[in-house]
Amino acid sequence: MAQAALAPRDAAPAVFQTVRTPDLHPRPTKVKADTVKVFYGQKQALHGVTIDIPEKAVTAFIGPSGCGKSTFLRCLNRMNDTIDGCRVEGEILLDNRDIYDPSLDVVELRARVGMVFQKPNPFPKSIFENVAYGPRIHGLARSKAELEEIVVASLQKASLFNEVKDRLHEPGTGLSGGQQQRLCIARTIAVSPDVILMDEPCSALDPIATAKVEELIDELRKNFTIVIVTHSMQQAARVSQRTAFFHLGTLVEEGPTDHVFTNPSERRTQDYITGRFG
Amino acid sequence: MTEHTISAYEAELRHLAGKIAEMGGLAEQLVADSVQALVRMDTALAQRVVFEDRRLDQMQRDIEEASILVIAKRQPMAMDLREIVGFMRIANDLERVGDLAKNIGKRVVAINSSIVQKKLMVGVEHLAEIALEQLKHVLDAYANRNEALARQVRERDDEIDALYTSLFRELLTYMMEDPRNIGQCTHLLFCAKNIERIGDHATNIAETVHYAVTGSMFETERPKADLTSEQAIALPG
Amino acid sequence: MSETALTGPVDWTSENAVGRRRSRHAANRRLQFYGIAAISTAIGLLGLLITTLVIGGYPAFLQTKITLDFPIKAEYVDAADPAAGNYRNVVRDALLQIAPEATTPPQQRMLGQLLTNNTQFFVRDAVVANPSVIGGTLTLTVPAADPIDQLNKGLIDRTLPENQRRVNDVQLGFYDRLVEAGQVSAPFNWALFFNSDSRFPELAGLAGAITGSFYALLICFLISFPVGIAAAIYLEEFAPRNRWTYLIEVNINNLAAVPSIVFGLLGLAVFIQLFGIPRSAPLAGGMVLALMTLPTMIIVTRNALKAVPPSIREGALGVGASKHQVIMHHVLPLSLPGILTGTIIGLAQALGETAPLLLVGMNAFITSPPGGFLEASTALPTQIFIWADSPERGFTSRTSAGILVLLGFLIVMNGIAIFLRQRLERRW
Repeated sequence: MAQAALAPRDAAPAVFQTVRTPDLHPRPTKVKADTVKVFYGQKQALHGVTIDIPEKAVTAFIGPSGCGKSTFLRCLNRMNDTIDGCRVEGEILLDNRDIYDPSLDVVELRARVGMVFQKPNPFPKSIFENVAYGPRIHGLARSKAELEEIVVASLQKASLFNEVKDRLHEPGTGLSGGQQQRLCIARTIAVSPDVILMDEPCSALDPIATAKVEELIDELRKNFTIVIVTHSMQQAARVSQRTAFFHLGTLVEEGPTDHVFTNPSERRTQDYITGRFG
Repeated sequence: MTEHTISAYEAELRHLAGKIAEMGGLAEQLVADSVQALVRMDTALAQRVVFEDRRLDQMQRDIEEASILVIAKRQPMAMDLREIVGFMRIANDLERVGDLAKNIGKRVVAINSSIVQKKLMVGVEHLAEIALEQLKHVLDAYANRNEALARQVRERDDEIDALYTSLFRELLTYMMEDPRNIGQCTHLLFCAKNIERIGDHATNIAETVHYAVTGSMFETERPKADLTSEQAIALPG
Repeated sequence: MSETALTGPVDWTSENAVGRRRSRHAANRRLQFYGIAAISTAIGLLGLLITTLVIGGYPAFLQTKITLDFPIKAEYVDAADPAAGNYRNVVRDALLQIAPEATTPPQQRMLGQLLTNNTQFFVRDAVVANPSVIGGTLTLTVPAADPIDQLNKGLIDRTLPENQRRVNDVQLGFYDRLVEAGQVSAPFNWALFFNSDSRFPELAGLAGAITGSFYALLICFLISFPVGIAAAIYLEEFAPRNRWTYLIEVNINNLAAVPSIVFGLLGLAVFIQLFGIPRSAPLAGGMVLALMTLPTMIIVTRNALKAVPPSIREGALGVGASKHQVIMHHVLPLSLPGILTGTIIGLAQALGETAPLLLVGMNAFITSPPGGFLEASTALPTQIFIWADSPERGFTSRTSAGILVLLGFLIVMNGIAIFLRQRLERRW
């Protein structure tokens, strides 16, 4: 107990309050995080993040490098489990069910909470196999025809089908960067997740490819709950409905994107989005 | 406020703010000069006002271009974005103020030699005084990001409107008393209207200041006391 | 900006600057020269080695043979049982045809020493295969004895005094007569590959050693490949990072550097004395080689697994693949080229290993290829070792030839490794 009184060296301020601005017309909550703390060994990366992520909307996490936004994102599908020495405290509810509950299978969770990564990472297999992989391992298709149907539908939803319909059996790694990223999105939505996490999905893409992916995100939000981490504030402003600003492992401010980008309530948010940090 | 990480961005914003201040000063000067010219029937001064207005127009164009460039280059956010939008709007308002001053100047040239009755002038002069004061306050409010002062300016616009309404009646009365006054009075009426408009632009600027500082619009409709356009004028007697 | 003002413009043409530049370039050139010199030395030494081997070994690839007409008289060979005939006399008669004057036993013995000791068995085998020649004449080409082989290849100097020569003047006369008659030839020595070991150089071949090596390597592969991959997967993918796994890791790395003879001792003590595996068996040798290859296998496989980009794992985890699926569907297939390359190089290393095999007795003298994993056997490097130890002149060139064959196998195996890497490697 005596040790607990000693604050870690690089701890965030002991008392901090997230500034929250509610939506004018609040949406139902899909993911509810309550005082999520993450430790990497001795180092604390997140100092208690509490946030409600609305259903069928895009929530953007912004903040400087190392602010914990990606760490928090990776808590939402327990991707942090794969890192040695990573410990998560607090509670994350997906549809009111604790995702860290031992009774919940992490494989099932990751099927329900899909993830798209920073660098397009298609498997070195054919385009078809890339998309079919998820449905196959989860047994979502009962027949070959059904599998094909899922693949085509996913590619269509990822607005990639028209570009690749003639070469479904060519390697996915042969596509351009933007196409690869959309292939990864197709791969993710092929297992019909509830939530799609995107970890800087456009940071490796050129502006045109970025625009296509953003267009796609806007389209996908009708059916999926999307959480996106981005370094581009313009992108956050363009694609998201709600924005959360992280700084030094704390959630500083969260609110409707329109509000955060024109008139943030927190001084640190303002400084960050206007480029006054440091 | 901490500075931008990109110093050139900071410099651009400072430059624009400086330009606005300069423009504000010039607009103020033009209004003061035009009223002076009107009161003294100083045609030369009036002509200078007309001439100087071009500079104001040029400055407005410069500010607009520079602002667009900043938006294109820096994609400003939040406060900066509001500030830049503010630059453009205020420049616009000031340019209009300049136009109105020019208009007064033109009328001075038009009225020219005819001796204007002093008593007619008093009301206009008073109106101009308040309008100028409003303009001055709102520019101060802008320079100091003083939201309270801006609010004051906005609320005080009533006073100008009320004054204008009474001046309108007064001039109308003169015109009815003696049809020979009609020419002069009409010019004066237009001048008064112009001054009243200047007050409106000051209010606009106050609103812009409020938006730039707080990020929100004024909650209620602006108080309006210029009722001349809405009232049927009952012709006396 | 202020720094520039402080230091002022740099004069790149000044004496100093030019000097600095010159010495920098000189240093570059020196470094390059050292490198080239080192490479040249290495290539030179390798060339020297290969040249020596080729010069020393090429005679072994040719074999002097003598063609003779063997009169198969019915009095020596009974048509009812050709295998039991007196073939000694058949051979003697055949030789007497070229040297009828040799009537005394010492002369006939000298005559008999022209041909390989086993000539009678060659003739017997030919007759058994074709009994119709009984009563007629059989023309057969048989290997010449080692001294004649040496003589024919110019390795024995005729001008030496007779007592310093392994071929005496009488034999020299016989040999010359045979050459004149066109009965001496030197075709390619297939026996080198298809015969097993023999005390007579002219008959000794590598077949037994190659078979033994093959069996041993097969055992080595069957043990070290699955065990190595399984261990590597566990260490790389599942093992927690703690003091114990660190210890294991360090020890594996150290094992890779343990002298191979230690593994041999271990094999002798455990496999042969404790488990009772027969001595000299390819099974014992293969197990020892597997022990020796295992650390290399584990290290190579771990590196191959590590080389699979984490983004692929993440991608698979992201769509909800379990750890097992990630490894079996993605990581392992992607690292397979690397693993195979490592395996082949590890096996090539095992192929060349001698010391541990000597300790488990895989230097048996066997005259026919081993028929299974438990039969006494020899291996390529141990065979070379045995030959290098043998006194007969003919084994000198056979030793070099054996080394060349071993090198050939190593080159082929490395070639396969390179081919596999080029062919299977996928870019991402």
